[in-house]
Amino acid sequence: MKTLRFLLEKEFRQVFRDKAILRMMFMMPVIQLILLPLAANYEVRNVKLAILDQDHSGYSHRFVNKIRASNYFQLNSFPLSYEQGLEEIEKDRADIILQIPPHFEKDLVVTGDAGMFMAVNAINGTRANLGAGYLNSIIQDFNQEIRLKWVQMPKTGGEPRIDITGSNWFNPFMNYKKFMVPGILVILLTMVGAFLTALNIVREKEIGTIEQINVTPIRKQHFILGKLIPFWIMGQIVLTLGLLIARFIYGIVPAGNIGLIYLFSSVYLLAVLGLGLLVSTFAQTQQQAMLIAFFLMMIFILMGGLYTSIDSMPDWARKITLFNPVAYFIDVMRMVVLKGSTLKDILRPLFIMAGFAIFLNSWAILSYRKRN
Amino acid sequence: MNKHSTYSITAESLTKRFGDFTAVDNISFTVGKGEIFGFLGANGAGKTTAMRMLCGLSSPSSGKATVGGFDVYTQTEKIKQHIGYMSQKFSLYEDLTIKENMRFYGGIYGMSIPAIRSKTEEILKTLELVKEQDRLVRTLPLGWKQKLSFSVAMFHSPQIVFLDEPTGGVDPLTRREFWEMIYQAAYEGTTVFVTTHYMDEAEYCNRVSIMVDGRIAAMDTPASLKRSLHADNMEGVFLQLARDAKRAAD
Amino acid sequence: MGRNSNLIKPFIAFIRKEFYHIWRDKQTLLILFGLPIVQIIIFGFALTNEVKNSRIAILDPSKDMSTQRIIARLEASQYFDIQKDLVQPSDIEKAFRQGKIRMNISFPAGLHDQLLKTGHAEIQLITDASDPNIATTIANYASSIIMDYQKEQWALQKPPFRISTNMRMLYNPQLKGAYNFVPGVMAMILLLVCTMMTSIAIVREKERGTMEILLASPLRPFLVIIAKAVPYLVLSFINIISILLLSVYVLDLPIAGSLPLLLAESVLFTITALSLGLLISSVTSSQQVAMLISLMGMFLPTLMFSGFMFPVENMPIPLQIISNFVPAKWYFNIVKAVMIKGLGVTSVWKETLILACMTLFLLALSIRKFKIRLE
Repeated sequence: MKTLRFLLEKEFRQVFRDKAILRMMFMMPVIQLILLPLAANYEVRNVKLAILDQDHSGYSHRFVNKIRASNYFQLNSFPLSYEQGLEEIEKDRADIILQIPPHFEKDLVVTGDAGMFMAVNAINGTRANLGAGYLNSIIQDFNQEIRLKWVQMPKTGGEPRIDITGSNWFNPFMNYKKFMVPGILVILLTMVGAFLTALNIVREKEIGTIEQINVTPIRKQHFILGKLIPFWIMGQIVLTLGLLIARFIYGIVPAGNIGLIYLFSSVYLLAVLGLGLLVSTFAQTQQQAMLIAFFLMMIFILMGGLYTSIDSMPDWARKITLFNPVAYFIDVMRMVVLKGSTLKDILRPLFIMAGFAIFLNSWAILSYRKRN
Repeated sequence: MNKHSTYSITAESLTKRFGDFTAVDNISFTVGKGEIFGFLGANGAGKTTAMRMLCGLSSPSSGKATVGGFDVYTQTEKIKQHIGYMSQKFSLYEDLTIKENMRFYGGIYGMSIPAIRSKTEEILKTLELVKEQDRLVRTLPLGWKQKLSFSVAMFHSPQIVFLDEPTGGVDPLTRREFWEMIYQAAYEGTTVFVTTHYMDEAEYCNRVSIMVDGRIAAMDTPASLKRSLHADNMEGVFLQLARDAKRAAD
Repeated sequence: MGRNSNLIKPFIAFIRKEFYHIWRDKQTLLILFGLPIVQIIIFGFALTNEVKNSRIAILDPSKDMSTQRIIARLEASQYFDIQKDLVQPSDIEKAFRQGKIRMNISFPAGLHDQLLKTGHAEIQLITDASDPNIATTIANYASSIIMDYQKEQWALQKPPFRISTNMRMLYNPQLKGAYNFVPGVMAMILLLVCTMMTSIAIVREKERGTMEILLASPLRPFLVIIAKAVPYLVLSFINIISILLLSVYVLDLPIAGSLPLLLAESVLFTITALSLGLLISSVTSSQQVAMLISLMGMFLPTLMFSGFMFPVENMPIPLQIISNFVPAKWYFNIVKAVMIKGLGVTSVWKETLILACMTLFLLALSIRKFKIRLE
């Protein structure tokens, strides 16, 4: 164990000597954590609507005014034909074209049945669905108003009615930042840890210092531990900075015990750093290590449950996410920070992560060869 | 030490193949304790590969060898406790200072902190680097770096030290000083195994082996080699032996 | 003139040398070509904005005809995966805390009887709003399923004065996630891989000290550096082709517009990325720093500001302004327009011009930086 002390001393010296890396290691996550959650908003507002009113009747005008009053939509174009409307969509000046056909009012009054048509830009499916949904509900409302005006509906007792009441737990104001900040923090933490460790051993290979190490009687597990511990400590510092930002800038106070986050991150960092070191022992050059790390990070991040729902993925993809450490940590973060989960609740992911940590680090130790 | 007590290094039919290329082909030799053994050869003759096998950095394909009495197949970690190594490529940490490099290498060889401290002072004095001890290694001139590498390889007082082209690219004066350091080490009982392609340096060795195409073409004291090949100097010896080499020097 | 033509040969020789370097390193080459293929396939199939198979738990003390029918309808939809039956209200919180469910549907006792007798009943939906997007979406799905049930089973007559709506989903009638994610992932891979590869390749020469040797050649220093970037342009082009082939033949995406235009735009974007790599390499001296800037620094901003995850229109104004400096945003818009909407150059000239200006700016800046450094 005595040699470990010297290894750690050396790694820390190297980390602290390179001020550029040190600065970046802490500044980049901080800046990104402050900025990026502001950009993350799935809420579909400002849907751009192009209205093609071919009826020009009292009803159609009233309807357009109703939409304007709703504030959901940006009404900035009134094409004269459907083709013109399509052009607006092509140029991204409109997301939806709403067509009110000729005789709309007449059909409604005379036959009691009138139609409208919408064409939705569906490249982004969510936006399309939500936008069309809003528009539909405005149309339904409008419909109801007309109905009430023309027909005296029985006030009570008509048809049996099921009321649906909803309540939103854990985040009653549906604050998106409460969801994004802990998630982005996990991703930043993972990137710092995985990228730096992935580069570390392979860098010594490229420079040639690894030869000098390999010719010493140093034990492989000490060597790996010597690389692991400094980055583990640095990771905890990044996490702490992140939690402070969450607390003081976004006002997010964990509902559960903050100790649980540190408990989980302790094990989590071991797993992620182990993975980085494993990549590093396999790679021949830093370029290679980077490509592999980038590949893994991209999968971890996009399939981590932060940007798209894991439940909605096909079966095989959901199986892949079982091996995604980021997905576990994002889940645990959400559980502890927002739901106030207890140790018992996170025990399962904790054990799985411990399994990852043991497996990846043992593999890293085995695949680090002192001779070839 | 055990039964091989008179020899520091023994090799018997030691061979290393990479695919169908035989880098080191059936070499056998012994190196005595405290000897300065020169390993000569053109670039690509297999010197470095042979040395790496002896240091436990590369597994032999066949043959036998012991270093300090330990087997190169099964006891590499034991070997490593007793040897020092200076590779062809400069391999101290450039982003650490002179003192920090020494402390680190002393530490991983298991030396105690007081021992490291006194050894560091001793080396800094002999190298006349006391004032420079907190300079980053990156900023040192090449000659100093080489001497420093050697001192670091000798830091834990190994029984055997392996030097791979230690004087590549340095000026004649520094080379001379370097060899003085080697003599000093040998005088203190360290076995020195050194590869070089400077033929004048070969004259400084007790014995040399000349490698051609992965084989040992000749092995003796410089004086007897010159005598038997009727050459005036080692350069003549080498040119005669290497004339028929198949591998192009790169 | 004479001087310039004398420089062409060494320039080509340099490029050839760089190719040899890359070609020799088969392992890196394999990763470089394999990576985009695997990613496009995984993301093309796996990523979707749809919300499906959400785990919900039901608290049903009635267990009567109405609740059974509603549950059957929920089960029949692809939106829900009914996890378990809760016994008492106190189970609800536990299920949420363990992260097992996203929503709870609580029926009152005797729903069917209540409806028959009083004509009124209440069902409660409790969502896990820690992910607000999913919470809203699945609550909407559940409400509409319950409303449908009510209409079909209990409605007395068809209401008068009906406005019906017809809807058409343009470009992506099946609402496939790939239509949005493939252009996005393509922009990310091209940008990050190119930037990283060039910056690292150049900084590596600096680290090893071999840069000096190259700069001592008769070629102008900047040409030496450009020569290092050219092979990556070619490699990226191969990547573009393989991504497009996969998109069309494996993911069933259309290339509605002109293929040459799409390729030309992709090459332009690759050059932007290479220039960015050059700039990074001109201001850094270690591979680690270059890598940290090109991956750590650019990964999330590219992901978030390009608009393929989060609509740019929703961002606060300062961030919308920042997003204009993210090259991937423009390329993402171009790919959507050309590949999926089938538009021509007249519709994307603005984006193209912006990318071209960015590229020129980055190149000019890195030339300046290199000069300063070399003097």
